[in-house]
Amino acid sequence: MIERRPILDFFAHAILLAGVAVIAFPVYLAFIASTQSAEQIASSHPLSLLPGNHLLDTYQLALFGGKTYGGATIAAGWPMMWVSLVMALAITIGKIAISLLSAFAIVYFRFPFKRAVFWMIFITLMLPVEVRIGPTYEVIANLGLLNSYAGLTVPLIASATATFLFRQFFLSVPDELVEAARIDGAGPMRFFFDVLLPLSKTSIAALFVIQFIYGWNQYLWPLMVTTSEDMYPIVLGIKRAIFGEVYIEWNVVMATAILAMLPPALVVILMQKWFVKGLVDTEK
Amino acid sequence: MEKRVLFKSPWLPWLLVAPQMAIVLVFFFWPAGQALYQSVLQEDAFGTSREFVGWENFQRLFDDASYLASFKTTALFSALVAVSSMSLALLLAVMANRVVRLSGFYKTLLIWPYAVAPVVAGVLWLMLFASPYGVIAYALQSLGLPWNHLLDADHAMALIVMAAAWKQVSYNFLFFLAGLQSIPQSLIEAAALDGASPWRRFWTIVFPLLAPTTFFLLVMNVIYAFFDTFGTVDAATHGGPGKETSILVYKVYYDGFKALDMGGSAAQSVVLMLIVIALTVVQFRFVERKIEY
Repeated sequence: MIERRPILDFFAHAILLAGVAVIAFPVYLAFIASTQSAEQIASSHPLSLLPGNHLLDTYQLALFGGKTYGGATIAAGWPMMWVSLVMALAITIGKIAISLLSAFAIVYFRFPFKRAVFWMIFITLMLPVEVRIGPTYEVIANLGLLNSYAGLTVPLIASATATFLFRQFFLSVPDELVEAARIDGAGPMRFFFDVLLPLSKTSIAALFVIQFIYGWNQYLWPLMVTTSEDMYPIVLGIKRAIFGEVYIEWNVVMATAILAMLPPALVVILMQKWFVKGLVDTEK
Repeated sequence: MEKRVLFKSPWLPWLLVAPQMAIVLVFFFWPAGQALYQSVLQEDAFGTSREFVGWENFQRLFDDASYLASFKTTALFSALVAVSSMSLALLLAVMANRVVRLSGFYKTLLIWPYAVAPVVAGVLWLMLFASPYGVIAYALQSLGLPWNHLLDADHAMALIVMAAAWKQVSYNFLFFLAGLQSIPQSLIEAAALDGASPWRRFWTIVFPLLAPTTFFLLVMNVIYAFFDTFGTVDAATHGGPGKETSILVYKVYYDGFKALDMGGSAAQSVVLMLIVIALTVVQFRFVERKIEY
């Protein structure tokens, strides 16, 4: 601290608290809405700021589905959360695995067309799935992968970001380790599994957190490749709850929204250290 | 940069890059090529006939007032998102950098929205402004400012800007905080000894030294607003009223999948690719310069 200015400190705390409140407000209201019944919400102008007493009913509806008092049918949320989990894990693990391997090849081997391979991976950085949705959809349709986990995840697995992160990290690993491994008679794969992989643990953890959030929050791609409701991730379930119905059951929609944001939010909060590292590393 | 010590094998490196190359070829180069190819074809909605039309799809695109309007909408949207979320994040980061006590607590409570899906952000903000239960819509109403994002284009734009910026504050906050923490304390102490007030120190020392971070974040925010906000728009406004909040990514999806204009949609994809490539080049030039520092 450069100088003591109690007034400025007070001011800083006040602004930070206000910031925290503004950031939390929409989620707080979503929680409030999820503790009320649909009738309570529909008849309130505006929504009350205090919790109601329908917390359990609403979450039961959102998780397990059923009929509401209004007669609407709510689809069960937990199978959608399962789809989200499988999708997020498949994208995360797939990305990390293929990127580790290709970064290893690019850093530790000399082979013909290495530069070409490097640039082909590099250029994919520039093509997020959003800009090539139409043609990618056709490829998936031609391969018969609509409504499958493979169609949902594989196109999102190729990631130049992860390959670059690992390449960067491998380049910083001292050459003496390779020499030592070779003197001990270890082949390349032995070196990869016994030396490189343990050293990469922190990078892998950081990337895992970022990619898990990325995978869990995918929306546009599942919207296109899934038509059968048992392949909907939870994020799509929210859309279905809003746009399918004549009469929006806001309490259930908000409960679903909270269920959808809970797992990734917990990952960020509980694994904050890895999250910050991952964010900073992947953007470098 | 190269390693001094390398392994030798005629086939192992190929085996190692094979999975990534396979995915890249099938899901990046094939579709990207397909987009380029389709963008010069005219296809009817049933896919029964197609003919080569050259630049016509692009010509049609840039003669189309609604496409140009979508460009303008996207530019306005990304400028508003970048400026509002970055300035709020900078304010919070400066304050968090100042306080000693509770800084970890504030940090945790400010970064979690990063985990919220864009579509969820859209739904949350929609709820705040939906009439008649929306709390903010009600508050505005009682101040004599009637709110209706279903009819008023400016209101709809404000709604998606708030939802998109809200989610992005956490990202900007983290990078600004990291940037602030890397500024040498001695510079600020020297200025303080010379009698510069905190306000003056911020504008003459801290803010200029943050320029690389600010520029980096500007590019990242534009990329975010261009490509990651589809869900926000889809949930909050559906691109409406009319086409007033239909940003480019939303329009590609709508034209290709709802209006079944594949040639037009492919041409739009090609234009989007060019935008991403331009932004990436800008970003990498900047990154290279940053490494030299």
